[in-house]
Amino acid sequence: MTIAVYPRRVVERAPTEERPRPPADAETEWWLDALRAEGPEREHAVARLHELMLKAARFEVGRRRAALSHVRGEQLDDIAMQAANDALMAVLAKLDEFRGASRFTTWAYKFALLEAGVKLRRRAWQEREVVLEPETWAGLADRTSSVHEQLEGTETLERLKHAVDSALTPRQRRVFVALALNEVPIDVLSERLDTTRGALYKTLHDARRKLRRELE
Amino acid sequence: MTRSDQTRDDALERVLGPTGPEVTCDQCFELLDEYVDLELSGAGADRKLAGVRTHFEGCPACREDYESLRDLVTAEGRTPGDQSG
Repeated sequence: MTIAVYPRRVVERAPTEERPRPPADAETEWWLDALRAEGPEREHAVARLHELMLKAARFEVGRRRAALSHVRGEQLDDIAMQAANDALMAVLAKLDEFRGASRFTTWAYKFALLEAGVKLRRRAWQEREVVLEPETWAGLADRTSSVHEQLEGTETLERLKHAVDSALTPRQRRVFVALALNEVPIDVLSERLDTTRGALYKTLHDARRKLRRELE
Repeated sequence: MTRSDQTRDDALERVLGPTGPEVTCDQCFELLDEYVDLELSGAGADRKLAGVRTHFEGCPACREDYESLRDLVTAEGRTPGDQSG
């Protein structure tokens, strides 16, 4: 099992007000006590947690089934199980980081949904090519993307093309065109470029800011 | 403004992303469970966790993670904060 997609702990302070945490509900208390216990009590809690993770992963598979009609049912079951296994390991490893800001189950579910979502996005794009090498818009852009179609033939598109080619660095250009124009899922691109969702979004954010300035 | 002008402007705004302050993807994941429980209990998620909603406008993956978590917790049929669990 691998835990590859979790963000690092937030080191900058999030833009939220400091506020006292509510007391944990009884269910949350039960989970924390049981998972920190030893012996059969912990084993029982871990087994229940795995069931919870599997339920969440299967929920995510169900949401995305239409987009994955070309993938066999057993493969989707395997992906759900892998996601549940990886999420279980992540929750147990990060138990002491649980801040009590939500129900325990809501907190735990997000790990399973993230694992399943990432795996399913990557599976959906497994056989699809992502063009990353050319250095200009003309070589990178997917002319069948919905954004491209909506802007096709407009002066806006021509100005945007010029700004992309003249204002962005090669990496910003590749990331912007792939994510914002060609609608490649960020988790697919992060795998192809061997980086993280957070790092790619930062690059996209910087590129967007430059383009807004150029187009003003 | 014609309909096609509106479509063009909407597409451009989507491409250029949100303009307001937003959290990062890492911060979004950190806050996601709290955001969903606050939202489902009507406790002012957007006021208490500024920048999360704006991030959803610019990051489809984080928005999908949010929608999945919100819908899963909703499907369980329990209001966050109740003590019946």
